[in-house]
Amino acid sequence: MADVTQPPSESFRLSQLIYDTRYRSLTIQAVAMALIVLMLSWLVSNTVQNLEALGKDFDFGFLGNRAGYDINQRLIEYDSGSTHARAALVGILNTLLVAFLGCILATVLGVIAGVLRLSTNWVVAKLMSVYVEGFRNVPLLLWIIVIFAIMSESMPRPSDFRAAPDGTPEASMLLDDSVAITNRGVYIPRIVFSNSLGGNPPAVVEEEATGTAATGMTGYGGSRIATGGAGVSTGQDEPAAAAPTVAAPDAVEASGAPLPTSSGYDWLLILGVFAASAFGVRTVRSWASAKQEATGLRPRTWWMQIALLVVPVGIVFWVLGAQLAKPELTGFNFSGGIHLRNSLIALWLALSLYTGAFIAEIVRGGILAVSSGQTEAAFALGLRPNRTMSLVILPQALRVIIPPLISQYLNLTKNSSLAIAVGYMDVRSTLGGITINQTGRELEGMLLLGAFYLITSLVISALMNVYNNSVKLRER
Amino acid sequence: MSEVHAHTVSFVRREMLPEQAPPLTEVGAIKWLRENLFSSWLNAILTILSIFFVYWSLAHVLPWMLGGIWNAESLRDCREIRDARYGEGASVACWAVLTDRWNQLLFGFYPSDAYWRPIGALLVFLAGIAPILFSSLPRKSLWFTAVAPFLMYFLLWGGTIWGPVAVAAGFALGWAVFVAVSRAAGSLAGSIGAIVVPILYWLFLAGPLARTLGEVAPIGLTFVPSDDFGGFMLSFIIGIAAIVLSLPLGIALALGRQSDLLIINKSCVSFIEVIRGVPLIVWLFTASLLLNYFLPPGTNFDLMLRVIIMVTFFSSAYIAEVIRGGLAALPKGQYEAADALGLDYWKAMRLIILPQALKISIPGIVNTFIGLFKDTTLVVFIGLLDPIGLSNAIRATTDWNGIYWELFIFIGVLFFICCFAMGQYSLYLARKLRTDHH
Repeated sequence: MADVTQPPSESFRLSQLIYDTRYRSLTIQAVAMALIVLMLSWLVSNTVQNLEALGKDFDFGFLGNRAGYDINQRLIEYDSGSTHARAALVGILNTLLVAFLGCILATVLGVIAGVLRLSTNWVVAKLMSVYVEGFRNVPLLLWIIVIFAIMSESMPRPSDFRAAPDGTPEASMLLDDSVAITNRGVYIPRIVFSNSLGGNPPAVVEEEATGTAATGMTGYGGSRIATGGAGVSTGQDEPAAAAPTVAAPDAVEASGAPLPTSSGYDWLLILGVFAASAFGVRTVRSWASAKQEATGLRPRTWWMQIALLVVPVGIVFWVLGAQLAKPELTGFNFSGGIHLRNSLIALWLALSLYTGAFIAEIVRGGILAVSSGQTEAAFALGLRPNRTMSLVILPQALRVIIPPLISQYLNLTKNSSLAIAVGYMDVRSTLGGITINQTGRELEGMLLLGAFYLITSLVISALMNVYNNSVKLRER
Repeated sequence: MSEVHAHTVSFVRREMLPEQAPPLTEVGAIKWLRENLFSSWLNAILTILSIFFVYWSLAHVLPWMLGGIWNAESLRDCREIRDARYGEGASVACWAVLTDRWNQLLFGFYPSDAYWRPIGALLVFLAGIAPILFSSLPRKSLWFTAVAPFLMYFLLWGGTIWGPVAVAAGFALGWAVFVAVSRAAGSLAGSIGAIVVPILYWLFLAGPLARTLGEVAPIGLTFVPSDDFGGFMLSFIIGIAAIVLSLPLGIALALGRQSDLLIINKSCVSFIEVIRGVPLIVWLFTASLLLNYFLPPGTNFDLMLRVIIMVTFFSSAYIAEVIRGGLAALPKGQYEAADALGLDYWKAMRLIILPQALKISIPGIVNTFIGLFKDTTLVVFIGLLDPIGLSNAIRATTDWNGIYWELFIFIGVLFFICCFAMGQYSLYLARKLRTDHH
């Protein structure tokens, strides 16, 4: 042991800070830290000086002040006497609404276009290529403006729906006189209940409304609101229930007590029943799987599942006495039903079509990424084509599809801030627009706005990552 | 049995029958139609629906486009010509707005006698970018690429030529310092010198130098302020500047995010996440409303420059994520092999890791660039006159009040051409760089 040369006794030299890999990383980090701190303190001190020079302070108190401006499109009760915080909340809900609707439609469009682009049918495949390339290569802003212009320039005026002197109106409503597409927006029927649980809730539950898009959709705020989120859409006997709708600010309220109406409670009840039905369906499925494990035969349950989903909700609709309040032409405009403004329609369609083109490419790539050997292997095992798709192809394709799909949803949410182009009152227009202009609090307003988008992005990506982890390939 | 057979058969064919033509349904157009359009009922229905859709759209759009009126002074003129030519209320395009206002849509309010300058700048850009895009061109022409940014700045904004020259000299000075110092005192000192000396030069020497040279030899063009820039020229300038600047920044951010050094890693992660989490339009408003708060009192610089900085930050965060994906996709063996060869960090990155990682990320990087170029239209909201802003301005004049589709089609087609070309180039590059055998 004595032969072994001892390492020279350590004596720290200053040059080791640079030339010794053990210390160099520390040196680099210390320098970087110092630079970052210097930079940040420089920015902060500049900001403080500038604020002082302008005689402003840094205070979020303005949020409690009276806003004093109107918002024409809103999901919760709001008037010009409400606070800036409430205006921001209205804007946030509008942003979440259009993002939620957009994500659904974009996914549907994207999946259809992506699958059809792989079709052996030459015409269909080429048509889908034109769609995808056309929307991917032209700015979203242009599409929003174009769709808005189509809606407001090329659609008939409400007065065109009135019978002309010779008896035939120039334009007519669609779907059994229930949907009117006009240059002022789209009017769709509203579901009202003759036995409504009544009692329009006096106040809006704040924490419900600030949550995710799903809670924002459930519909509060009294009779002005009639939302049919995805949850309610299985009401098969009520086709219009599937159409997501927003408040009609200028929809004339039915006057007189006994007239049918709808309240948040009704929709809460329906949503609750539907959730219970969905839980029942899950139970049936797990029962079927257990039986399959035990006996090798899977009982047929599809009729049970459909019945479980449809019947209870149908009964609730029947008990509440659901009926459609169709929009009617009164005077110069339509009333009754729900008024979807052009701004919402244009933003929603443009966002969905644009993002759908990107999703189509993602779906196509995902399906192509599953090698054809997988299909052949599944067929060799004797699986039928639809089970091959659901058990072999889709699980593998989804693994490729989901991560980029998440970022497309995030892009759609962030792109909804282009609402400014058509005057849709999203959070950027309320909090980041009118509120800033009225109070002169650019710094605070922009900070809050940025924080909202940042938190939304992080929440969406966290939720989707949870889902992504559940479909991820589990390796040993 | 065979005996009987042999006797009863009186004829056995000795030569082959000539090949028969395949059935009609299995050749040519009919086969193609059967396979590609009518292979099943569902396909047949889809085909008929699509053909009907295409016919219906073309039947509406083509007469409108082809019958368009090209020479008129205003929309009213257009309508009169239309009424005379096609009868009352016919629906045809009024392309005259393009012949009347094309210069605005392309150049904004740039002085019309100086249109050769942006066109020249575009040519300089194309000549400068060509050796980067196509490796078959001679490598010597990369020198022109290095000069091109300064030449373009000079052509676009004008002013004295000595400003860009003095700035460019800073880069040359940095290079000279790097070569000289690293030979004498090692590469670390050389790098620090190459950063510090040019900065000091730009801060204290470049201005007076340019001024003196300008007095001695006043060479220059008329100065054009940024406020006059507009139209596609503006989109191109913002897009190109941000693309060129965001790639190196994005690579640096991606390397920082992959780094083991905690502080550098965390600061890169937060920069990327904060930038990506907030829409570009909010950043643009920040640039126009808030930037003055963060800078020393009294600073006020060009809105266009602020926009370029913001757009650069924005797209560099996205590029960093794309490149991070490329870095993560490389097999670990590549990193270990680089270490085993004894390369230091920068050499390993430059020679082994980045060439492969960047190759994997090309489609993503180009998609980010396409997105960036499309996003340049958002500057309309902070008062810069991009093509969409100009279309609004044109519509606001009494001559062209009420004209929509012709302007939208023109803008859309120009954007489509640029973005589609970028996409095709990325496909070409991906094919060219593919090293596996297919």
